[in-house]
Amino acid sequence: MRYLPLTPSDRQAMLGAIGAKSIDDLFVDVPAQARLDGPIRGLPNHASEMAVERHFSTLARKNMTASQHPFFLGAGAYKHHVPASVDHIIQRGEFLTAYTPYQPEIAQGTLQMLFEFQTQVARLFGCDVANASMYDGSTACWEAIGMAGRITKRTKAVLSSGLHPHYVSVAKTMAQYTGDTLDTALPDLSANTDSVRLLDAIDGETSCVVVQYPDILGRIEDLSAIAAKAHEHGALLIAVVTEPVALGAIKAPGDMGADIVVGEGQSLGVGLQFGGPYVGLFACKEKFVRQMPGRLCGETVDAQGKRGFVLTLSTREQHIRREKATSNICTNSGLCALAFSVHLTLLGEKGLRGLAQLNHALAVQAADRLTQIAGVELVNESFFNEFTLKLPTEARPVVRALADREILGGVSLGRLYPGTDALSKGLVVAVTEVVTSEDVETFAVALQEILA
Amino acid sequence: MNAINQSGWKPEMGNAGETAPATYTGNKALMLEEALIFEIGTAATTGVDLADAPKVAARLGNLERHRDIGLPGLSEPETVRHYTRLSRQNYAIDLGFFPLGSCTMKHNPRLNEKVARMAGFADVHPLQPVETVQGALAVINELAMWLIQLTGMHGVAMTPKAGAHGELCGILCIKAALAARGDPRSVILVPESAHGTNPASAAFAGFSVENIPATSEGRVDLAALTARLGPDVAGVMITNPNTCGLFERDMKAISDAVHAAGGYVYCDGANFNAIVGRVRPGDLGIDAMHINLHKTFSTPHGGGGPGSGPVVLSEALSPYGPLPYTARHADGHYTLIEEETAQECHPHSFGRMTAFHGQMGMFTRALSYIMSHGADGLRQVAEDAVLNANYILRSLEDVLEAPFADSGPCMHEALFSDNGLADGFSTLDIAKGLIDEGYHPMTVYFPLVVHGAMLVEPTETESKATLDQFIGALRSVAERAKEGDPSLKSAPHHAPRRRLDETQAARKPVLVWREPEQLVAAE
Repeated sequence: MRYLPLTPSDRQAMLGAIGAKSIDDLFVDVPAQARLDGPIRGLPNHASEMAVERHFSTLARKNMTASQHPFFLGAGAYKHHVPASVDHIIQRGEFLTAYTPYQPEIAQGTLQMLFEFQTQVARLFGCDVANASMYDGSTACWEAIGMAGRITKRTKAVLSSGLHPHYVSVAKTMAQYTGDTLDTALPDLSANTDSVRLLDAIDGETSCVVVQYPDILGRIEDLSAIAAKAHEHGALLIAVVTEPVALGAIKAPGDMGADIVVGEGQSLGVGLQFGGPYVGLFACKEKFVRQMPGRLCGETVDAQGKRGFVLTLSTREQHIRREKATSNICTNSGLCALAFSVHLTLLGEKGLRGLAQLNHALAVQAADRLTQIAGVELVNESFFNEFTLKLPTEARPVVRALADREILGGVSLGRLYPGTDALSKGLVVAVTEVVTSEDVETFAVALQEILA
Repeated sequence: MNAINQSGWKPEMGNAGETAPATYTGNKALMLEEALIFEIGTAATTGVDLADAPKVAARLGNLERHRDIGLPGLSEPETVRHYTRLSRQNYAIDLGFFPLGSCTMKHNPRLNEKVARMAGFADVHPLQPVETVQGALAVINELAMWLIQLTGMHGVAMTPKAGAHGELCGILCIKAALAARGDPRSVILVPESAHGTNPASAAFAGFSVENIPATSEGRVDLAALTARLGPDVAGVMITNPNTCGLFERDMKAISDAVHAAGGYVYCDGANFNAIVGRVRPGDLGIDAMHINLHKTFSTPHGGGGPGSGPVVLSEALSPYGPLPYTARHADGHYTLIEEETAQECHPHSFGRMTAFHGQMGMFTRALSYIMSHGADGLRQVAEDAVLNANYILRSLEDVLEAPFADSGPCMHEALFSDNGLADGFSTLDIAKGLIDEGYHPMTVYFPLVVHGAMLVEPTETESKATLDQFIGALRSVAERAKEGDPSLKSAPHHAPRRRLDETQAARKPVLVWREPEQLVAAE
């Protein structure tokens, strides 16, 4: 058993030292009827490294991978090129196999990284402060709604129809049990967002308005008017960013008045991983910091006056405040936050802006090419690296037909909004720097043939 | 003098007694200081070469970002060096013994890292057509089957992202089950020794939380618990083995009493490592239990996450579990049950907890670990983890007070208190002393039911030689604390930092870096 260092003679010696006759003596507190007398039957016994690896290789081959096919999926998870040094750094044992930095004298590596991460996130989002990460964008979004409720002492949240439907589902799950009411709507397959509906819905009972930017259809809209109306009524604006690379090209939500900005950080450093682990980003105005969920890293000094970092404001957290905590979160997404931070450090201002420009330009070109196909219309007037096409037919079978030709051709709105006929022709297409012009051409030709 | 030195050159040995001078850089040989990226990077530097963007007319809705973001960049060599230097200021399992109680800091096998990075798992999108991700769904399903078998439960919810998220999942199942029968119970009972996440999770779901006391033996007081049960009690949350490192002998009786009173039993499975392969929670009457894949099943803690917290469920609670989940069909084909087919396949689900399918990257690692051990190896895991903890308990109970040592063996962790230390010396001093000895300290001041608690969890991946050296080191530090050695009060002396001022950090929080001129302007 390659992971177990004790030898049979070690075990004998140790049992002798503690005065036990056999290992069973140490399990005496387990009621006899619940004790298993040997390995659980019907399960295989231990396996060699080679055998396990072979099993996984077999399963891995049954999946169609993003890198090896023309790939156009987005809708909350994006394929970007991750520099090789990112994975090298996150595999250093001192990061990979460390715990939460509760002993700061021997965890300055993780703590300084988190301090840098918090600063990067805050700046990217145009906010004063950010926390040390959440599970993912969807749980960060829910936590932000809860936080707005605590700040405003109100329970009505107005959700934009452009918010990712899975994020809406997560919020609905929680709202069932917390007494919050959520004002939601389905999006229209049009260039117009529902900002008019949002502005109408904001009143003196509203705790927050939640707007995704860019939204689920890829549309981009100025948030200033919504922020102003929300603030006029004592409500908060929560902006949700599922594609942080966009903020290398477009204004930060915080700069348009958002009070809390949350997001999914998967785009930078983390990779697709079939949906997880990802990294939830959470930033806000400084005056709300004591209502934030999750861990915060802060600067301080040591006994000799040297700069150092610690986890701080822990009295918000479950291990101190228990049922009165701002959240139940404990473990977060530390290593994914590291990957995000390393990737963003490699990019820097210049790289992020260049990457954003490249994404946008390639997406514009792809949109132009795909809309040359008869019957295919571009829904968006504005977009970053993701846009929605209206096909002349239901999009979901088209996506399957594309997959049969080994093209991963976007996310159908039928998958995201099953049973909603008005949206069934919508196809959300993401185009990042990994997409080549050959990929676009392959996609366009196949789409044309399928639609013919 | 020096047998290896064949040249005959004898290095100058210097005067060992002299004090080291301060260095120009502040570095101490291999202990290297490192500035922040904001102090060493520039906006014009980048470590990524990109193709030039084709010229197009922008369609950004007139929302172009003109203001600087303020993101420093570093070239690749600078980046690698920055993070490598930072990494060396961290303690980690790969470096040494990390007996953090309740956290199960066991070795993280590198095979797990390798399989998780196979393109077939790392490079697939959560919304790909299910026909293109059959291998990924197979991994989720295989892991789910193992978890069900190992726990003797009926079903499992795979999507929770960490232990606390799993607790919330279990609590929401209880809430949904009560709602289904129109029962407005509103109270969850939690032992005083519980992890803070337990009451926080229950409160998050809208329950009120009441504490139940422990016996002098460190276990749940069955009589007090039974007395409190009634038509308002929705359920109990019990950690078993508990946070004092003891098996709850009355677990089955607790479950029976709670069920008889119409409630449900949630088990915090953070300590499953002690019993995996030896006891199935399903045999103890448990209705829901999360399993921290990052504890029992060795996925790396990563400096605070990511974790993964699948929840095994009883037959009574399985109908209420979250969406989405993986279904295997008779022909070996897998489908995903999401909102679309929920009405037909899983109509009582409480809904979705997270955007996608859970922590796939942790599922591959955990399944790799489970297959490597197999049924026989996992049983050995629990036995060695418990043996190692008892070895530590019995080797140190003469020097540190072990409040529950008389009531029998411990499970996977040994609990000590600060009773008997010299005046003015505390658990914190022992922890910081252990840092100087080259160890990560044990969990301190938890559980709350023991004064100055020190919770030592060695795990099964440590050798006897490692344990023996640790026992010697802790004995030495404990003796210094009992004798009142003043040098212990200022430990650690040899870490990258001395004790840090946490009070200042909380009183004047500095949570982001600001340019020095911004700081001046702000004051």
